[in-house]
Amino acid sequence: MTDATLAHHDSHDHHPKGLARWLFTTNHKEIGTLYLVFSLIMFFVGGAMALVIRAELFAPGLQLVHPEFFNQMTTMHALVMIFGAVMPAFVGLANWMVPLMIGAPDMALPRMNNWSFWIMPFAFTLLLSTLFMPSGGPASGWTLYPPLSLQGGNSLAFVILAIHLMGISSIMGAINIIATILNMRAPGMTLLRMPMFVWTWLITAFLLIAVMPVLAGAVTMLLTDRFFGTSFFNAAGGGDPVLYQHIFWFFGHPEVYIMILPAFGIVSEIIPTFSRKKLFGYTSMVYATASIAFLSFIVWAHHMFTVGMPLGAALFFMYATMVIAVPTGVKIFNWVSTMWRGSMTFETPMLFALGFVVLFTIGGLSGVMLAIVPADFQYHDTYFVVAHFHYVLVTGAVFAIMASVYYWLPKWTGHMYNETLGKVHFWWSAFWVNVLFFPQHYLGLAGMPRRIPDYAIQFTEFNVISSIGGFAFGIGQLLFVYIVWQCARGGQKATDGVWEGARGLEWTVPSPAPLHTFDTPPDIDHPDLVAHTGGTQ
Amino acid sequence: MKTMQPNKVTMGSRLKYVARLSGFAVAMFGFGYLMVPLYDKFCEVTGLGGRTAGGPVAEYLPTEEDTSRLVTVHFDSNVNSSLPWYFEPIEKTMKVHPGRMYETMYRATNYSDQPVVAQAVPSVAPGQAALFFNKTECFCFTEQLLAPGETKDMPVRFFVHPDLPSDTNLVTLSYIIYKNEDATAQQVVALNP
Repeated sequence: MTDATLAHHDSHDHHPKGLARWLFTTNHKEIGTLYLVFSLIMFFVGGAMALVIRAELFAPGLQLVHPEFFNQMTTMHALVMIFGAVMPAFVGLANWMVPLMIGAPDMALPRMNNWSFWIMPFAFTLLLSTLFMPSGGPASGWTLYPPLSLQGGNSLAFVILAIHLMGISSIMGAINIIATILNMRAPGMTLLRMPMFVWTWLITAFLLIAVMPVLAGAVTMLLTDRFFGTSFFNAAGGGDPVLYQHIFWFFGHPEVYIMILPAFGIVSEIIPTFSRKKLFGYTSMVYATASIAFLSFIVWAHHMFTVGMPLGAALFFMYATMVIAVPTGVKIFNWVSTMWRGSMTFETPMLFALGFVVLFTIGGLSGVMLAIVPADFQYHDTYFVVAHFHYVLVTGAVFAIMASVYYWLPKWTGHMYNETLGKVHFWWSAFWVNVLFFPQHYLGLAGMPRRIPDYAIQFTEFNVISSIGGFAFGIGQLLFVYIVWQCARGGQKATDGVWEGARGLEWTVPSPAPLHTFDTPPDIDHPDLVAHTGGTQ
Repeated sequence: MKTMQPNKVTMGSRLKYVARLSGFAVAMFGFGYLMVPLYDKFCEVTGLGGRTAGGPVAEYLPTEEDTSRLVTVHFDSNVNSSLPWYFEPIEKTMKVHPGRMYETMYRATNYSDQPVVAQAVPSVAPGQAALFFNKTECFCFTEQLLAPGETKDMPVRFFVHPDLPSDTNLVTLSYIIYKNEDATAQQVVALNP
């Protein structure tokens, strides 16, 4: 810490110990930790399901699991990874970092914060319990398209209730984040001086409140169609199954950006630190993020070109989708320009951030390919789509989360992690993730459909390569757990600033960050602080 | 360093955010449901999804028959797997002049040993042609009851409007016929009191 100008009081109330401490906590840092640990557990649960899929696909024919169970695995893998791993990880990071970055003492609604987290274990108990029910878990794909999703067992009711709970949790979390950001910034921190991570989360939170209720509505209609005799999606009763796809993707496309905008924010924090330069084009970053969020609401039908739509609609959704490449391109340009002539060093967070920029761009390019209507007719529901969204979600969102953990872990634990092991973890992951997902592009172009347990023998070689990559990548993530565990237990003391080039309010508090910070708001224009924050943005 | 006020936010201002944002969330839940009638209206106006008007169009015999133009109409039928019926168009295809009234038949046979009530749902492809394909009489407007083993010829009277875009010369009228479970159950109960 610089000097005594900033008074940090250590905990001024006595905290309960043991389990009660975590059950009843209203502290943003503890809740952030809970979210991150929960997300890590779900990452391995979902990862185990992915390995069941890759093991079955190691050879053509049916070897290990029944096709019905295989379908449950593809469905559950997606639901667990999206709602259990990626989204809670970002909410956990927001809990930890947003108050620290804007100089607030805590989240605006601490008690609601506790609820939003503790709903999650119940939601996932409900969801995962369906695997042990007589009818098995959901097997229709995570999109739950009717009529297929309505033809399974009664466990659908548990899945829908679980989705309702996750939605309530996300909406409460989003309300909390918006109230915190708009209400509790340190004096002088205008909106356009906020760190990029805070900006991306502000916009993400609005997306969450806008679309999670729409998903809740869609699955409620499924519930009443299945159990209460309504006919929203039942053609025999005057409904239309295609309507579900419109409602679902009106949620689903903004959901894609919910899972990537905070990642953009993280990378926009890390690259300037290790380039020792300010973020290039801060204002354009803010506007690009807002444009992506706006566009996400008018492109949903590109997920369903093959159900048929008028030519004009297909053209509109195609061009609107391609326009998203413009603000995304602005971001990538700004990250590269931030590095241009910077004095760069390549610590683990920076490696993951650079891996993100390169590999996310590959996922973005295959996304533009999928946006082209006539090409999409060929690619739809093939492994090309699987390759595309794993590049943007694994090497995109997950790599950004890994980068952020390495970046802020010294601030959380007060110790430096093992840099050598961190680098091994990065290079291992970056290599094997490409072995895992790159061949899937070729499988898709050659016509291998997604969500099938068996395939024609000409697809064997690429599936073998992909499965080997999957197991190697998965095992490598155990190293990540070891590194985090080791860092939490001890290690070289971290300084308050941690990284030489780090700028921002979170680096002005001690490492590890005490339970209570910024009880008195920081004066962000104070010269001592400006030296550390670069006057924020 | 300047003396700053302690970092306190009034409960009132927080509740204001909670109230507004929760209201927004509830409104978006409602919007999800609003998409149902919006989608229906949108399909009706644009013909998206091949939807044709749900009831008969008013008896409208255009004075102008376009005898210079011939449009091919294909008839198609599909039976839902839970319905024990055969269901086929008697004519697979017709060449029609826009503006003239035509009639064709679909033949349905109930091969089960129970009376069954069914409902047919029409759709027209391409979707843009749906707006110009007018049915004045159709078995799909009402439920159809067939006794065990009964066969019935069911009429469709239609005309293609002369405003059908000139690049559209092939129109397909397709039906899916479903079992109406409730009405069928009532029939079965009426027979076996």
